[in-house]
Amino acid sequence: MEDVVFLLLCVSSAAAQLCAPDASNGYKVRLSILAALGDEAYLWNDSEMFLFRAALAFAMRTADGQNYDVSNVLVCDETPRVSFWFVVTSPLNPTQLVERRQVEEAVRKSRNRINSAFLLTDKTLEFLGIPPTLAAPAPPSPPPWLIVFGVVMGAAGAGIVLVLVTSVMQKRRKKKEEQTGIDEVEEESRAEENGTASDGVYNLSFSDNDRLTQM
Amino acid sequence: MRLVLPNPGLDLRIPSYEDLDRMDKEEDDRPKWDNKTQYILTCVGFCIGLGNVWRFPYLCQSHGGGAFLIPYLILMVLEGMPLLLLEFAIGQRLRKGSVGVWRSINPYLTGVGIASMLVSLLVGLYYNTLVAWIIWYLFNSFQNPLPWTQCPLNENGTGFVPECQQSSTVDYYFYRVTLNSTTSIADSGGINWPIVLCLLTAWTIVAICCIRGISTAGKAVYVTAILPYIVLGIFLIRGLTLKGAMSGLKFLFTPDVNELIKPSTWLDAGAQVFYAFGLGWGGLISFSSYNPVHNNCVQDAVILSVVTSLTSVYAAAVTYCIIGFRATEKYDTCISDNIEKLLNKFELPEDNITTSNYEEAFNSLNSSYPDIVLGLDIKTCDMQTLLSEGVEGTGLAFIVFTEAITKMPGSQIWSVLLFVMLFSLGLSTLFGNIEGVVVPLKDLNVFPKNWPHEVLTGLTCALAFIICLLFAQNSGLYWVTLFDNFAGSVPLLTIGLFEMIAVVYIYGIDRFNEDFEFMVGYKPSIFWQISWRFTSPLIVLVILVFYLVTQVQEALTYSVWDPDSEKFPSLASVPYPSWIYVIIFLLAGVPSLAVPAYALCRFVFVCCTKKKE
Repeated sequence: MEDVVFLLLCVSSAAAQLCAPDASNGYKVRLSILAALGDEAYLWNDSEMFLFRAALAFAMRTADGQNYDVSNVLVCDETPRVSFWFVVTSPLNPTQLVERRQVEEAVRKSRNRINSAFLLTDKTLEFLGIPPTLAAPAPPSPPPWLIVFGVVMGAAGAGIVLVLVTSVMQKRRKKKEEQTGIDEVEEESRAEENGTASDGVYNLSFSDNDRLTQM
Repeated sequence: MRLVLPNPGLDLRIPSYEDLDRMDKEEDDRPKWDNKTQYILTCVGFCIGLGNVWRFPYLCQSHGGGAFLIPYLILMVLEGMPLLLLEFAIGQRLRKGSVGVWRSINPYLTGVGIASMLVSLLVGLYYNTLVAWIIWYLFNSFQNPLPWTQCPLNENGTGFVPECQQSSTVDYYFYRVTLNSTTSIADSGGINWPIVLCLLTAWTIVAICCIRGISTAGKAVYVTAILPYIVLGIFLIRGLTLKGAMSGLKFLFTPDVNELIKPSTWLDAGAQVFYAFGLGWGGLISFSSYNPVHNNCVQDAVILSVVTSLTSVYAAAVTYCIIGFRATEKYDTCISDNIEKLLNKFELPEDNITTSNYEEAFNSLNSSYPDIVLGLDIKTCDMQTLLSEGVEGTGLAFIVFTEAITKMPGSQIWSVLLFVMLFSLGLSTLFGNIEGVVVPLKDLNVFPKNWPHEVLTGLTCALAFIICLLFAQNSGLYWVTLFDNFAGSVPLLTIGLFEMIAVVYIYGIDRFNEDFEFMVGYKPSIFWQISWRFTSPLIVLVILVFYLVTQVQEALTYSVWDPDSEKFPSLASVPYPSWIYVIIFLLAGVPSLAVPAYALCRFVFVCCTKKKE
């Protein structure tokens, strides 16, 4: 009986020694549940902690292939903030801790799954020391501004062509008017010289012209 | 006291009253306004420009809020309106553009017209560069998400590019992505091709709208002059519903009567009135000369002054709604960041410190653990500082506004609306600019007489585009600021002064009054007489002298975007290289000195030819 108690004490103290704040192979985790979920925030309790340990064991399994269990994830130094330290022990040897880098790789790989288990994001479920891999904003090609530029310049080009065409047409029209006007003046003056009233087309633009003397 | 300098041959150079009446009845080649509305809208569009949106609100707020309106309105009445009426009346009477008008009064005064033309050209160059930047932002507003909401990632993808991380996404987008600024005006850094394309767009649109003079520009102003008012109205309604708009409005309009005692307030008000009315550019004289002879120009001057002032106040209200919103957002973010730091350090539950009990919680923690709190680097969140941050000029439009828009739902629409409005404001001012450049070139017979107006406009715009490539360099921002500070300040004041002296003392105030009686039916009242003869020239002279004195005293520095500087992300203040002084002389000195220089050259020329005879 005393042996069993002694053994339990040894194990728990060993566990306590394995997981401690600022442990060399451990990471600090911080959750900001209220910030993420507001009114729909859940309470952090032992069941949630169990879920965390299970999620982390899942992550280690996915990365490593070995059969990690919930008991391999040790947690300590819980605070009301909802932050704590954790370490991961090897399934083959419960007294040996898994290397920091391996834990980091595992967390990085399954970060999304761990986040969604808690309805949190990279920002609200922080692993201090493991920066999240940010999604690269992919610039769409061709760049949208070039498309708009093409549209606007096309319209501008059409505008220039329109202006040039209308100015050329106006000049032609003016020349024609002047030509018909001069012809009619010649006709009218010829008619007046002959003394007969001819039915010429009355051109209004020359009605005030001093060249036509009033008869 | 009717001092008039001898001016022989004046009657031969200007059209007589009979000539004017006859010209009014005849159809001649000179362009005419389709209706009075078109004329008023064109003048309003010319006067209301980017400066009304991004300079007046800043001046208003930094010189005592609501109290600034007092010097502004007083100087508008004493300085702005008389000069405005002078330009309108002289254009309408002599029926020529700026060079033609001054040459008719006296050939020795042609320099005033040449100075106006040079100023219009230099200002038009950098103004259209601002329009090109606006076009760039407009083109880039058609995507989701807006490109200035994100920082690019660094190499290993774990964080953002340090330049973006230290400043902000909007700063980075403006200075790096859009302009790719170098760290000095001397360092050219190569041509920025997207900006070249935007400059091409800007000059093409300006050329198309101005190609037939006022017959095309007059139609375009129906859109470009009215659209800004509509968009400002939409922004006002949207702005008033935003959180924190009221704090912005309060900040703007809270009067601080102590500011009225400072001379700098009155100087800034006077300078703002002068630039806001587009006086001295020659565009208003040109526009007025297309009016019928008996148009009531007194009424026009008063209407234009009132409209310009009201629009400035309107734009200021909208601007400060948005600034108030942005400042409130930043304040809330600042407080939340501080709360987070405290919670994380002291391992307190999340709902322990909220925005409502932040002050008490902070004080209690600070008194119990001062060392730890000090080590946390808690920022002081001050609304007043946030409200007065970087709120004038390009910084306002491209940094403050774009940031505020990213926080509004439906950002793309607001962004498009904002930049379309700024584009219209810039474009309508450029119509007056181009008018003030092309018509004098025509009067000076620089181009052959048989070239149609379209060719002149097209050629001017093409040449201007090529010169604008200076601003498309990576150091373009610093060149634009240089032009803004020097090309549009001293020369305009000197031109205004010479204009008043020319009309009152060389053309003759008596003759001018008789012209009024002929055109409008009554002589101008005693207010106008005193203003033209004493108050307005005096005010302009005082502003000019003070401006020169302050400029000469300061060592000339400019602000650069330098990621390596200590004060980054604030702009670092760097002295200009020595060869800049030559450029400054060309920008400010040449137009100002064009008046005496031309008179002197002509005098020498006339003397030489007389001697030969």
